[in-house]
Formats: sequence, structure tokens, C-alpha cells
Amino acid sequence: MIPSISSSRFFRGAYLCYVVLFFIFLITPLVVVAVFSFNDSLFPSLPWNGFTLDWYLGERSPRLGLFHDDALLESIGISVQVAVVTTLASLALATCNAFLFEREQFPGKNLLYVLMLMPLVVPGVILGVSILVFSSTVANWFEVQFDYDIEALRPGLVLVTLGQFAFITTIATLVISARLRKFDTTQEEAAMNLGASRLTAVATVTLPFLKPALLGAGIVAFLMSFENFNTTLMLVGSDAPLTIAMFDRLREGSTPVLNAVSVLLMAGSACLALVSLFTQRLEKQ
Amino acid sequence: MSAEPGGSFNRTQYRLGFWLLLAPIVLWLGLLIILPHIDMVLVSLRERVASRQYEFSFSNYTTFFAEPLYWNTFVRTAVMSIIATVLTLIIAFPVSFYIAKMLSGRPKIALFILCLIPFWVSELVRTYGWMILLRETGLVSGALQWLGLIDQPVELLYNDAAIMVGLIYTSMLFMVVPLVTTLDSLDNSLIEAGYDLGGSSWHVMRSIVIPHAMPGIMSGCIVVFMLTLGNYLTPTLLGGKDSLWFTEQIYTQFITRFNWEQGAAFGILLLVLSSLIVWLGLKITKQSFTRVMS
Repeated sequence: MIPSISSSRFFRGAYLCYVVLFFIFLITPLVVVAVFSFNDSLFPSLPWNGFTLDWYLGERSPRLGLFHDDALLESIGISVQVAVVTTLASLALATCNAFLFEREQFPGKNLLYVLMLMPLVVPGVILGVSILVFSSTVANWFEVQFDYDIEALRPGLVLVTLGQFAFITTIATLVISARLRKFDTTQEEAAMNLGASRLTAVATVTLPFLKPALLGAGIVAFLMSFENFNTTLMLVGSDAPLTIAMFDRLREGSTPVLNAVSVLLMAGSACLALVSLFTQRLEKQ
Repeated sequence: MSAEPGGSFNRTQYRLGFWLLLAPIVLWLGLLIILPHIDMVLVSLRERVASRQYEFSFSNYTTFFAEPLYWNTFVRTAVMSIIATVLTLIIAFPVSFYIAKMLSGRPKIALFILCLIPFWVSELVRTYGWMILLRETGLVSGALQWLGLIDQPVELLYNDAAIMVGLIYTSMLFMVVPLVTTLDSLDNSLIEAGYDLGGSSWHVMRSIVIPHAMPGIMSGCIVVFMLTLGNYLTPTLLGGKDSLWFTEQIYTQFITRFNWEQGAAFGILLLVLSSLIVWLGLKITKQSFTRVMS
């Protein structure tokens, strides 16, 4: 069962086969998506008609390639905007939270910590729906009281950003807190003994120490926002982020341009994954 | 600090700092988590009697129990989620054991990272991959024809088995990571001791390895169950006309029928079921919520 215990050759062979099959299961769907983005056919399916780059570079319908498909490009732009704002906002709040939970003692701290973890156990669809209900309650109240409609509280990108921010902050808080816990506070005290104010000490000593965690949490936050579907679906207005735009096309049945988008996404994720691996190595030093 | 001349100032500054740290988290949790959920409960407990006029009522909940379609979808979603969780565990355990115990050094890290790869790619892309594989003109159907096992294309998509494959695939990571972590912490000498004392493989597995891995098994199962229950993409894209999922019902009530009261009631019911299972899982294994989540 483990290398130091002898087992039959048959057992070892079968076990190895199982593990190999598992990894084939894991990789096949992704490989298939990538390969069919180069298929010279109007449908992402067999038969294989030969290699083409039309689904990336094609200039007109029905062979409209990714780089000329304005609707898809626009939705990528929207997703990037939402993801950047969500990432920055959740990192800022998560850093505050990390200092609050790691440095302060106050009554009700444990309760607040449990509440902070709550967004992780709420299904994404329900988180989206609850924010939708609450924001329109507030908006309706304003409309009745002041005869003024707050556009931002109606389904749209502001609500999408808020919805994603609501649960991504929890994940960022966990990552940054874990790093802050390892910080030796005497370093901060040394800076203060040398005449720095508390804020200066935090800004020049503690924050640089947190940098790898901030970068790592930032990457995870960006990806989670970019790829979020459940919460976004409930809060989206007329501007569709990429996942929503892709979902709509998938249901209609679309050309392999979706495979091309997927390849782009995989490449993007791979780059971010490499950066994140690199920062984890930094963190260990 | 209070011994210094500026002590009192420092203390007020410190207090101010505390409130400045507390304010954002309270705003976040209050405005985006707690109040929305309270509001959703309130909306679910009212009934529209006329335009813009509402009355307190349990009718949304009684509708749920009276209408077999809603009720059946709810039970179906829960049962399918449990099956998906168990299957994920059964498939993931041997692989996790292999990574944690049979390998060491670089191959171990490499295979572990390989397990994480699908997680980095959007769920939409993963599901799309399965659609290409399973559809009538897809690869699996093509391969079966090529092998001569079937003589015409076969539709493997749009049924419960397809949903199951998609759900297991999407959940795999959340099972493998906690399993590898707990199995890795099990000392090999304990397994060797089990064998030295005359235990069979089955015996060692049952009385040494599995009890040790229990925390990992439980936290994996809880997370997988939650994610499966709340999944929308996989059942919608891989499932057929009859393969309803409860999240689809919520979506239909909110977006298609614009019956927010009914949708809110469904949302609360799903949330209660999900929390109940998490709570039960934690109770059975006597673990704390904060530990499992962090």
C-alpha cells in the first residue's frame, strides 16, 4: 500500500492505471476545448476538417473570429473592469480585516469571525438573489420617499461588483490573515522605537512583509471575479460580462469561436497561476 | 505605552484606529450579507394582494409543499448532490492516497499541481469541454463508433448521468486538496506498524488510514455538497428538459416569472438545507466551523 510495504505486481499496476485514468479524465475536457478551436468547421464537433485559425482571426460572419467579434471583446472588457474594481476593493477591506482579527482583542470577536466566514457557505445564486432583493427594496424606498430612482441599485455592473466583492473579500481575508499571523511584531516596535509613528511603521515594515500574500490574494480574487457565474447571473443588467455572454451563446449553440475564447482564458489563467506559484516561493523565503 | 508622556494620546489614537478597522467590516457584513438575507426572509413571508400591496403570509411556503414539481425538484437536487459527493469521495480517495503516500519529492508536487489545474479554468469552459465530448457528434460517441461498439451516433448529453459527470469533475479539486493534506500528515510508520502486527490491507485502511483522514474527508464532503447543491451551470447546460435543479427554479421565479416572493422562499429553503447539512457534518465529526473553513 505504501512503497515500504511489498504488494503484488498486479496491484501496483492496477493502481497506477487508475491514477493515470484519473488524470486523463481531468485533462481531456480542457484539451478537447483547445483542440477544437482550430477545427475548420462551423461546429465544435467531429469530424475533424483540418487546421484553421479562422476562429481567432476570421473577419466576417459566419466565420467571425474572436479578435473581430466585437460583442465578445466588449464583454471581456466589462469582465476586466469588474474584476479590477472587485480585486482592489476586496484587498483593501481584507487587509483591514486581517489587522482587526490578528491584532485587536474585543468582545464578540469570535462571533464576528464566524460572520466573516459566512459568505463561503452561502450558495452563490442565493447571495446574488438576496443582494438583488435588498437593493431593490432600498431603491424602491428611495423612489417613494424622494421621487428619485437610484440607477446603481438596479441590476447592472455596480451590483455585480458588489455581489462578487461580498464573498471574495472573505477569501482574501483568510489569505492575508495567515501571512500577518507569521509577522514578528517586534519589527514594528523597533521601527516605532526609532521614531516612526504607528502608521509609518505599518506602511514601511508590515505592508512590505504582506506583499506576497497581497499579490497571491489579488490573483485569486481577480480570477474568482472574472470567472464568477452564479452571483453575476442574478445581478446582471444589460451589460454582460464574459461568463454571461458565453453562457447565452452556449445555449443557442455557437461556432468554435467559444473554443477560441476558452483558449484565451486558459492562457490567461496559466499566466496568473505561474505568477502565483512564483509568489508562493517568495513567501517561503 | 501609557508610561510615556504621550500615553493618553496614543491610547485615543489606538481606539480610533480600532473603530476605523471595525467600521468597514461591519458595513460589509451588514449591508451585503446580513440585511439582504433578513430582507429576503421578509419578502418570502409576504403575499401580493394588489399592486404594491402586500400582506404577511406563509403562502409561498405552502405553495412549495403543495406543488409536487417544486417539492420533487428540491428532493432530487439534494439526493443527486449527496450521490455526487459520495462518488467524488470514492474517486478522489485512491488518487489522493497515491499522491500523499506513494510519491515523494518533485513528482508529488507536480501531480498535486496537476490536480489543481482545472480549478484555474472557468467552470464554463470545463462544462463546455464535457458538452463537446458527450454530444451526439462528440468525441465519445465518435470513439465508440470507431471501436465498433455502436453503429450510429449516440446522444450522451442531456441526461442525469451527464450532469453527474460534470458535477464530479467540477468538485474534484475541493475533495483532493483536503484529502492529500490530511493523508500527508499520517506517519508512514503507523501504517507499517499495522502490517507488522498482522493486519491485512483492508484492516489497516479501515482502522488506521480512514480514521486519521476523517477531518479531511468531512471538510471535503461538506464543501463539495454545498457547491453541488448551489450549482447552476452544470445542470442547466448538461441536463435535459426533465433534469431540473433547484437553483433553476429560483432563477425562473426571479427572472422569468418575476415572482420574487416565491423565489425568495425557495432561496431560503435551499439556504436552510445547505446550512443544515454543513451543521450536521460538523456535529458528526465534532469539528469547529472556523477550523474547517480556514
